[in-house]
Amino acid sequence: MLFDTLHPFVWGFLEESSKLSLPFEKRTAWLIAAVMISLIIGSLVGKLLERSSEERLNSAVVRSFNQRIRSWWLMCAILIAGLVIGPTGTVVLFGMIAFWALREFITMTPTRRGDHRALFWVLVIFTPLQFFLVGLNDERQMFKVLLPLIAALFVPMRIALANDEKRFLERSAKILIGILICVYALSFAPAILYLKIVDSTGQLWNANKGLLFFFVLITQLNDVMQFGWGKLIGRNLIADRINTSRTSEGVIAAAASSALLGALFCWVTPFLFWQAALIAVVISLTGFAGGLTMSAIKRDRGVKDFGTLLQGHAGILDRIDSLCFAAPVFYLLTEYFFTK
Amino acid sequence: MQLTSRLLVAAAKLISGYTVRWKNAMPDTCQRIYFANHTSHLDGLVLWAGLPPHLRELTRPVAAKDYWEKGWIRRHVATAFNALLIDRREVKVHQSPVDLMIREMEDKYSLIIFPEGSRNVKEQMNKFKSGLYYLAKKRPDLELVPVYLDNMNRILPRGEVLPVPLLSNITIGAPIWLEQGESKQQFLDRARQSIIRLRDDEE
Repeated sequence: MLFDTLHPFVWGFLEESSKLSLPFEKRTAWLIAAVMISLIIGSLVGKLLERSSEERLNSAVVRSFNQRIRSWWLMCAILIAGLVIGPTGTVVLFGMIAFWALREFITMTPTRRGDHRALFWVLVIFTPLQFFLVGLNDERQMFKVLLPLIAALFVPMRIALANDEKRFLERSAKILIGILICVYALSFAPAILYLKIVDSTGQLWNANKGLLFFFVLITQLNDVMQFGWGKLIGRNLIADRINTSRTSEGVIAAAASSALLGALFCWVTPFLFWQAALIAVVISLTGFAGGLTMSAIKRDRGVKDFGTLLQGHAGILDRIDSLCFAAPVFYLLTEYFFTK
Repeated sequence: MQLTSRLLVAAAKLISGYTVRWKNAMPDTCQRIYFANHTSHLDGLVLWAGLPPHLRELTRPVAAKDYWEKGWIRRHVATAFNALLIDRREVKVHQSPVDLMIREMEDKYSLIIFPEGSRNVKEQMNKFKSGLYYLAKKRPDLELVPVYLDNMNRILPRGEVLPVPLLSNITIGAPIWLEQGESKQQFLDRARQSIIRLRDDEE
């Protein structure tokens, strides 16, 4: 019923936007409209829950729900702003997210005085350079080798130059894993925009922005579903010393629901519905891997959320862990099967 | 000058990603001495930038003349955040730093000072210099507000020129005063403890 009332409204918006020839495709616009509407509904529900929370509901759950909605708004705004500005805008915005995430990661990780210059290189030079190379989009695709090859060799060398041998391997590893997860892996998300995709019929397909939106949407929804299904039907914790909310039932149910959602949204992708479902399952499982790995890192450091580490900070790393792990796999699968 | 100070605040926020927490304390325009632990050249700038704008105009960081008068940029920066420069090498009898501070405070400015004297490289805070005590004695009406700056030593440690833009915390605590009959050493220890308590509460 809601759909019926909103339908002419959305349709009108789309008609208008096609006349104005907004710089993104019609199908992408549809998807964005759908996401915006669900976010508006989500925000309203959150407001309602907040009012009634004193009586029945667990207020911590409500607060976390509202926080999630807020960070989704932010993510959505970033994507839309990027889409309007153009691919370069999206790359820059993802670069800023990666910078902030790496900042959180290193703030949480103890380093020694001798790591200072290496950290300067990593945060101020390598991180922006990585996203510059993604946006540069040259044929040799230097962004695929800069960090795992050049930075991975450079960082230990720079630490050695600082003349401090204490726990040398451990210190190098900490910094490198930070770059790998927060910067390198995440940079594959905006790189999706530059793939030259052909769909399964062999036709050139150029609505890459929609595909990126699809990817982010499925990853984020899968996060919620893993949590939700885990609460509803979860019995067996997968790694109880690492994380106390991820259950095998939750992961399987979320993978199944993601498959359904993937198939449902296949019209913004170059995939057939079964391919979209399959790739959504891959996103779901890699997203789970990201969440679990980050939990292990946090447990090792004795913090629950990166957000509580420094009060008042949003804790970006908590929100993008699944995105970081899913992005490279999603990119490589698309590149392998759907480009010439 | 307005522009420079705006830029300074933006740069301080970008470089140190600070979060400010007022703990049992409120921002107020009454005259105060903010005293903090000192590990980095950025400390004064970041604490000043972390104050609300209307307090920033009324608050002057006390800084070393020999460092901040070197070169055009540093001089410009020091004027932009209205620093009160103190000569560490030439302390004259009638021109002691404490007298100078009291004179420059007039009846409206607050100050930011670092009672450890110079930047600390160890884990533990250094012993406090006596300036804070004499300030408290000569101006008993001042609120002495402890501030704990966390992580600044990793952002710009001693001996480095380029900052690593990590995240930091500014914790501002409840004011203390010199108590009746309290000795210099007792008071300085208590002041030092008030910062240590802010640090421990955080962890």
